[in-house]
Amino acid sequence: MNLADIQKIAEQEVDFERAYKYRINVCCSSGCVPLGAFKVLKAFEEAVKEFGVEKECKVAKTGCVGTCSVGPAVVIEPGDYLYQNVTPEKVREVVRDHIVLGLPVKGMLYGNPAFFKKQHRLVLRNAGKIDPTRIQDYIAMGGYSAIVKCLATMTPQGVIYEVATSKLRGRGGAGFPTGQKWGLVARAHGKPKYIVANLDEGDPGVFANRTLAEADPHAILEGMLIAAYAIGAEKGYLYIRSEYPLAIQTLQRAIAQAKSLSLLGDNVLETGFKFDVELRFGAGAFVAGEETAILASVEGCRAMPRPRPPYPANSGLWGKPTLIQNVETLANIPIIIQNGGAWFSKIGTPRCTGTKCFSLTGKTNNPGLIEVPMGITLREVVFDIGGGVPEGRKFKAVLVGGPSGGCLPDALLDLPIDYDSLTRVGAIMGSGGIVVLDDHSCMVDTAKFFTEFCVDESCGRCTPCRAGLARIKEVFAGITEGNARMEDITTLEKASVYIRDASLCGLGQTAPNPVLTTLRYFRDEYVEHIRDKTCRAGKCFKKEEKGVEQ
Amino acid sequence: MTTTTVTLKIDGLEVTVPEGTMILKAAKDNGIIIPTLCNLEGLSPYGGCRLCLVEISGSPKLFPACITPVSSGMEVTTKSERLTEYRRMAVQMLLAERTHICSVCVANDHCELQSLANQLGVDHVLFERKWTNLEIDSSHDFLVIDRNRCILCTRCIRVCDEIEGVHTLDLKLRGKDSQVIMDLDEHWGSSCSCTSCRKCAKVCPVGAIYIEGEPVSHTKHKDIAEFITERRQRKWKR
Amino acid sequence: MSKDDSRRVILEKVMRDHGYQESALLEILHKAQELYGYLDKELLMDISGSLNLPPSHVFGVATFYSFFKLKRPGQHVVTGCMGTACYVKGADEIMQAVEREYNIKRGEATPDGKLSLLVTRCIGACAMAPTIIVDDEVIAKATKEIVLQKIKQVLGGT
Repeated sequence: MNLADIQKIAEQEVDFERAYKYRINVCCSSGCVPLGAFKVLKAFEEAVKEFGVEKECKVAKTGCVGTCSVGPAVVIEPGDYLYQNVTPEKVREVVRDHIVLGLPVKGMLYGNPAFFKKQHRLVLRNAGKIDPTRIQDYIAMGGYSAIVKCLATMTPQGVIYEVATSKLRGRGGAGFPTGQKWGLVARAHGKPKYIVANLDEGDPGVFANRTLAEADPHAILEGMLIAAYAIGAEKGYLYIRSEYPLAIQTLQRAIAQAKSLSLLGDNVLETGFKFDVELRFGAGAFVAGEETAILASVEGCRAMPRPRPPYPANSGLWGKPTLIQNVETLANIPIIIQNGGAWFSKIGTPRCTGTKCFSLTGKTNNPGLIEVPMGITLREVVFDIGGGVPEGRKFKAVLVGGPSGGCLPDALLDLPIDYDSLTRVGAIMGSGGIVVLDDHSCMVDTAKFFTEFCVDESCGRCTPCRAGLARIKEVFAGITEGNARMEDITTLEKASVYIRDASLCGLGQTAPNPVLTTLRYFRDEYVEHIRDKTCRAGKCFKKEEKGVEQ
Repeated sequence: MTTTTVTLKIDGLEVTVPEGTMILKAAKDNGIIIPTLCNLEGLSPYGGCRLCLVEISGSPKLFPACITPVSSGMEVTTKSERLTEYRRMAVQMLLAERTHICSVCVANDHCELQSLANQLGVDHVLFERKWTNLEIDSSHDFLVIDRNRCILCTRCIRVCDEIEGVHTLDLKLRGKDSQVIMDLDEHWGSSCSCTSCRKCAKVCPVGAIYIEGEPVSHTKHKDIAEFITERRQRKWKR
Repeated sequence: MSKDDSRRVILEKVMRDHGYQESALLEILHKAQELYGYLDKELLMDISGSLNLPPSHVFGVATFYSFFKLKRPGQHVVTGCMGTACYVKGADEIMQAVEREYNIKRGEATPDGKLSLLVTRCIGACAMAPTIIVDDEVIAKATKEIVLQKIKQVLGGT
């Protein structure tokens, strides 16, 4: 298998696809499977046979289209007709009317075109369109042409230059410029060099990376290959949460397929370039997403972050230069190489280029996975794409950036989503969680929930995060149970600022964000809890009631 | 052999030290003491207690002096209102975290946490104090561990691994629940790997590991790690 | 190592495949838990010997990660997702209902060993919150009633 063979596979596959008039894409990702996606898939396979259209209609098992709340979701091409809540019983009707008679079943189509209108799908370009278990599907969509381009026509420096030109920033949270990071590792002394792809999506309420891995695993692998070529790495580890069985399965299969086409291995596409990928499984530790903790975990140790310097670019896995990159960042790489860094840099805002995937959840009408250009406002995400708050309730706050993000009030809804704007108001991009809260949510309770999460997930190495967060948690217990004094607000504030400034790693440094933002934007709720012992959302002061119930 | 040196300023004092020296050591060698709890010369740095945080001009961030190497032209501030406030905060959080009652502690008057609290003028604890009920293990012939007094500095674990070389001790669980264990969380008395070398008791900054019937003032000898390391490197003269 | 225990032989092969590397500890623990259901001390001692790692290190790693279980779990396992999306949508109320019904707390098993109640942080099915997993089945958009009914059903089956 050499460079030209990949092109041949692509051509063959396109011809093969052309033979079909219709393509039925059944979403079989973690969202739709519990709702019966496999039964729907089987029903479609049977129905096309029943009507004798199996020669002109391909039934494919694909990844997520993003509308997870109305699954199982099915997309029929051409025309991208999105059917929602498909059950095996309804399948026959869809095939009969849409495929055989050419009349889409209007009543079953997804009714929120606005959900897609403001999205811009780059990373999720293939999600829901290709069968993630077939490497040919990915190649037919232009997949692996970027690594072919790199190997055939570009120098490693040229690749880094292109990535730097794109102004892509790391999607794992902190937003470090990717091109710069690659340059650091490429220049670092020491061999071998390693790549660690981070798919330890530990933020509760975030499932963007999982969806990517389930829908388009080869995009991640191709990104790793290109990065490896650029920095001179021979070995990559893909660190994934063990809570994601389907994504693990999909990736395992993808790696095996890539090996069989000699896209991975000792002699990639007969060019003498060597790169291999091994999966490593997390085991339930949020802190393992931190870049020095993930190294400890890949080495088989307790996932305790270690102080920097030395930076992983110089001294990472087993003391060797290591590039740690989030999988969403990596999935951006192939399109940057295909289309050029200058093209990419025009998407989004000048300082934050490209797009970002978000998991939109909580009290929203259209929960699901979205990908939006940087610079879009929170209002557009919550109200246009998300369709507002259900059951006519009132919007209260939006939580951006996971358990260490910030709770932002409606006054900040016109804030553009980019790294710098979010940091300025006390939130973070994080790994991309947006949770909408309505007036049934108590902001004190919400901050308490996240603090409890971070207390449980603290590794225990540094004093502020380990001992400090636990103290904050106790102050919260006092406030929500009616045993607090006004001075406790000051204590919360002082301790939070200290933990933010003094903690060793990103977990501790950002853990107080929910406390600090709720204190900043919803201070009156704290005052009400302490002074009047009331909770306007009715969440707190429930202790006695529970006692009676038991 | 010549060593490259670096010149920097610590609290306004110009100092010259070998390249790669950590700020903490550079300060100490020039008579400036930065408070620490987890750091111990002769052991690998841990960066956990956060007491040695210092300011470096030009950066809004704080840097742990124990693991931040010096660089040329650096201006370090080791004492400021903010730093003192933060160090007090750290001590208060440690005091509130587990059961620290000086008057009934074996290490009373010989405790690094206690003396830091005194030096920093910590006269009250802002937080509700937690009274823990963790296991006290006195099954060993003479070594005792009271986990309620432990501040998780891991000096004992590092000395056991790096100096004695047996790695009997390690941490179990994580976060606030972390505890020092022996082997597979065995009782100390039934540990197969422990050599009873006492180094863990010698380096413990508080009264968590001590020797039964021996005054703590007699046991404590925190320079032991540095001493052994230097002897192993055949550095006879100090 | 006892060759009569086929699970132990399988585990030995996995360790051999990894070249008995220290860094494979997590993979080995995953496999061991998959084979045995939980990690008891004897097993951890064995692994520590095979990989030539200090026992306290192995114990430290096994207890650091919440996925590893050191106690035998109940015959049936109910896992509540306590991720943000599920919490906001009322997962806590469902968990409380299970706790009351079976008189157990999170992380515990019933005295007869039939039922364990566990908590996980986000299984990534947030758009269908709240989600509760009963044995291997994911219940999407769960309610108190559905979950209690399901538990009754699986317990009745044994």
